[in-house]
Amino acid sequence: MTKIRFHHSDGRTDTLDVADGTSIMRAAVSNGIDGIIGECGGQAMCATCHVLVHDDYLTQLPPIGEDEDEMLDCTATQRDPSRSRLGCQIIATDGLGEIAVDLPEEQV
Amino acid sequence: MSHIVVVGAGHAGVQLADSLRTEGFSGQVTVIDAAAGLPYQRPPLSKDYLKSTDDADLLPLRARKFYHDKDIDLIEGDPVVSIDRHGHTVTLASGSELHYSALVLATGARHRRLDVPGVDLDGVCRLRDAADAARVRSELDRARSVVVIGAGFIGLELAAAALDRGLDVTVVELGSRVMGRAVSTHISDHIRAAHTARGVRFVFDRTVTALEGDGPRLHSVVTDDGARYRADLVVVGVGVLPEDSLAAEAGILTDDGIVVDEYLRTNDDSVWAIGDCVRFPCLHSGSHTRLESVQNAVDQARTLAATLTGKPAVYERLPWFWSHQGPTKIQIAGIARGEGPVTVVGDVDRGKFSILRYEQDTLVCVESINHPVAHTSARALLAVPGTIDLDTLQTLQFDLKSAAANLRKANA
Repeated sequence: MTKIRFHHSDGRTDTLDVADGTSIMRAAVSNGIDGIIGECGGQAMCATCHVLVHDDYLTQLPPIGEDEDEMLDCTATQRDPSRSRLGCQIIATDGLGEIAVDLPEEQV
Repeated sequence: MSHIVVVGAGHAGVQLADSLRTEGFSGQVTVIDAAAGLPYQRPPLSKDYLKSTDDADLLPLRARKFYHDKDIDLIEGDPVVSIDRHGHTVTLASGSELHYSALVLATGARHRRLDVPGVDLDGVCRLRDAADAARVRSELDRARSVVVIGAGFIGLELAAAALDRGLDVTVVELGSRVMGRAVSTHISDHIRAAHTARGVRFVFDRTVTALEGDGPRLHSVVTDDGARYRADLVVVGVGVLPEDSLAAEAGILTDDGIVVDEYLRTNDDSVWAIGDCVRFPCLHSGSHTRLESVQNAVDQARTLAATLTGKPAVYERLPWFWSHQGPTKIQIAGIARGEGPVTVVGDVDRGKFSILRYEQDTLVCVESINHPVAHTSARALLAVPGTIDLDTLQTLQFDLKSAAANLRKANA
């Protein structure tokens, strides 16, 4: 299980406890958390699940894949060189106890 | 207290309920599903769901907890059977009656039946809902030869899934090319070649005249030239028809779909409609159009939610679409009205390219094959019709990503 904290651009916070194998995108969409869209259903093809990972957690994540990297250049809100990731590529696992992300102002 | 009743729990209906709450609607929201079970996503039914894995579940649209947390009443397995527009009520199959302040019809579309002898034989399937997908999946487990009728998106996704399982696959198509309704000839040619290279057999310009069986069990498919194709499984993918009969019976205007205006409102002030069931004035196609896509369902739901919460919004969103067929990912942004001039960008040999389609020198549609960056850029460029033309693209050497970045800067 991973605890995911979503920090909305208006200051609100939502927290979810997510089962292993679920992506940040899937967790947000299933639970009606606005600010993440995930149009392509998790295929790293739409850049609408853009999240900015809090510094404390960056090193715990697997490196950015080639497809993800290409799509991060297409985000509606400007990419942050170190913190931007696609929510569909961050998966809850045994090793990831918790993670906090900022949701960008815009996804489309 | 106001009560918005939503008929249908597909992509449109569920998104509408979600968006109503996001937009601050605090009245009662009821979503009525004709089927039982947690509402689920449709696109995976012709893709991931068909892979031979025992634990591939339906992908829910929202977790069950979502409906509870957002105070959305979900009625399952009890379809609406009639609408009383004067009394502002709907009656359900169980006899329940619900009073509405606003009624939203999100009834979707149904499978178009192939009317030939033998269509009711065991082994003849369609692919529209979860029950269909479960049946197709178990037939795929047992089949050796599959005949797909129809080379549209469903047919081709099915063909790819069957091929991935090592089955013998034939696709019979009425027209002369694949996805004839939806893509340029350039894309049709490329996709046909991609499928053929993997082993799919295509039969074009033919109609199926009969399905033949051995007792109750399918055995062969017969076409109008007398040819016979061995088949353990047939999947019929010849299109859908909008579910507009409930509306029509209630005196709501329909015309191969529920007719709505640019605000998605029907001829009844209290009744609205969204998604596959709707015929609406489409800014991008320049005509009254019916679109069968998740994007259209979801975007219409979002737009209508704004209108229903006091912020009237005209629906003008760019149509876009995707299809995954084996290793090939097709993404389409915009609508073209005919075969016009095109530019090809990207790397055709490596199968990562896009077709830029123009009308009167204005970019109107971009079809991408394994080219997501071009697709994403295209959507930004096509959002407002007439934004970019051939000359401008030429000066940018057809770099869509730069063009989109320039646009973003200009709009900032």
